[in-house]
Amino acid sequence: MKKAAIVLFPAVTILLMIWGYYQAIYVAPDDAMQGYIFRIIYYHVPSASVAFAFFAVSLVGSIGYLATRRSNPARAQVADAWALAGAEVGVVFNTVVLTTGPLWGRRAWGIWWTWDARLTTTLVLWLIYVSYLLLRRFAAGPQMQTLAAVLNIFGALDVPIVYMSNRWWRTQHPAPVFGGGPDSGMKDPTMVHALLWNMLAWFCWGVFVLSLRYRVERQHQKYAEIEAQEALTSAN
Amino acid sequence: MTPVLFTHLAKDLRIEWRSKDAINSMLFFALLVVVLFSISFDPRGAFAQQIAGGVLCVATMFASVSALNQAWAREIRHQVLDAQRMAPASGAQLFLAKVLANFIFVTIVQIALAPVFLVMYNLHVAGNAWLLALVLPLGTWALVANGTFFAALAIRSRNRELLLPLILFPIFLPALLGMVQATTAILTGEGDPSLWIKMLVGYDIIFTTVSLLLFEVVFHAE
Repeated sequence: MKKAAIVLFPAVTILLMIWGYYQAIYVAPDDAMQGYIFRIIYYHVPSASVAFAFFAVSLVGSIGYLATRRSNPARAQVADAWALAGAEVGVVFNTVVLTTGPLWGRRAWGIWWTWDARLTTTLVLWLIYVSYLLLRRFAAGPQMQTLAAVLNIFGALDVPIVYMSNRWWRTQHPAPVFGGGPDSGMKDPTMVHALLWNMLAWFCWGVFVLSLRYRVERQHQKYAEIEAQEALTSAN
Repeated sequence: MTPVLFTHLAKDLRIEWRSKDAINSMLFFALLVVVLFSISFDPRGAFAQQIAGGVLCVATMFASVSALNQAWAREIRHQVLDAQRMAPASGAQLFLAKVLANFIFVTIVQIALAPVFLVMYNLHVAGNAWLLALVLPLGTWALVANGTFFAALAIRSRNRELLLPLILFPIFLPALLGMVQATTAILTGEGDPSLWIKMLVGYDIIFTTVSLLLFEVVFHAE
């Protein structure tokens, strides 16, 4: 049953991606104002949703690690693997968001970037999780997981504050001209369907990559444990 | 103040008084940053009023990082940190004492830097100058509280001096925004700084509480 799922899920995912591509590029009509360039939304919005969801997974993993690291070390390792996998894959999807966004903005609004609440928060989120990955790389030893988990919590605490403070900043600045946000007017149902199909497709792809990364991390942990055991026994 | 907190604080202040490492390097670094910004942005007239707040805050930020790095390094030498961990006193008191000590050092640097700043940028305070005495300490506390915590996080990494600014600055961004916006509003007299002051107070309370709660976890991380 498990083997069947392992083969079936990627296959379904790839089919969904092909279907989503077809929907996005061929079925959905051009936007009345933006024309063809509008189609980048089918990659931008799903990537953003996946990134935020996976950062949430990472946060839950970190909290789980801190909560169980003394009482149930095996479960703590599982939680930590999810924390790392979620952060890494989340950073990749967030990078996609930060690249597709300016590409779209340049054509749709005439500007590459603006420091409004949403863009700045997404950028700061990216910075926080990249710094989390850097800490994991640079910190050595068994405490690294605990330290990284603490940083993850700090980062998650910071994100709503960044969003709020930027909203205040933006209202005091002259607001940039927005050509209507992506959720402010999808009147055509074919567009909505295309977006939903792409959401599903990219979520499945994201979960597929996340589960692969999780498995790799679990293997790393197991090898590290085996090495530690061998080092202990050979020292006797 | 409890005796343990006072002991830690007195120790840090006494060490600093004897060597004056942190304050000297911070002062010089902050001055250098101010000069660098002046050369990069050519502050003249009204433009100087606009950017002075930002330059002061960024100079404080860079200067504090250099002091924060070696604050914990001192404890690592001679296994002092291990001795601290074995002591029955709570780690939160050690943390708070370090934050207070660093806060005093950075404030001394800011006070020493202020006349230099006023002169170099030809500043005159258009708004309520006394509010600066509220805004700058609030922003500095945010920087120092988070910075001391993350310095303790980074101390066990192999790139600790480099890692501290990398993990501190993203999380410090909203406090930096608040500090700069409030200072600029006070200096130029345009806009209302009270919103930013409230945000800084909220930020300080939230992050100081979380740091105090989580410091034990970091301190005894094994």
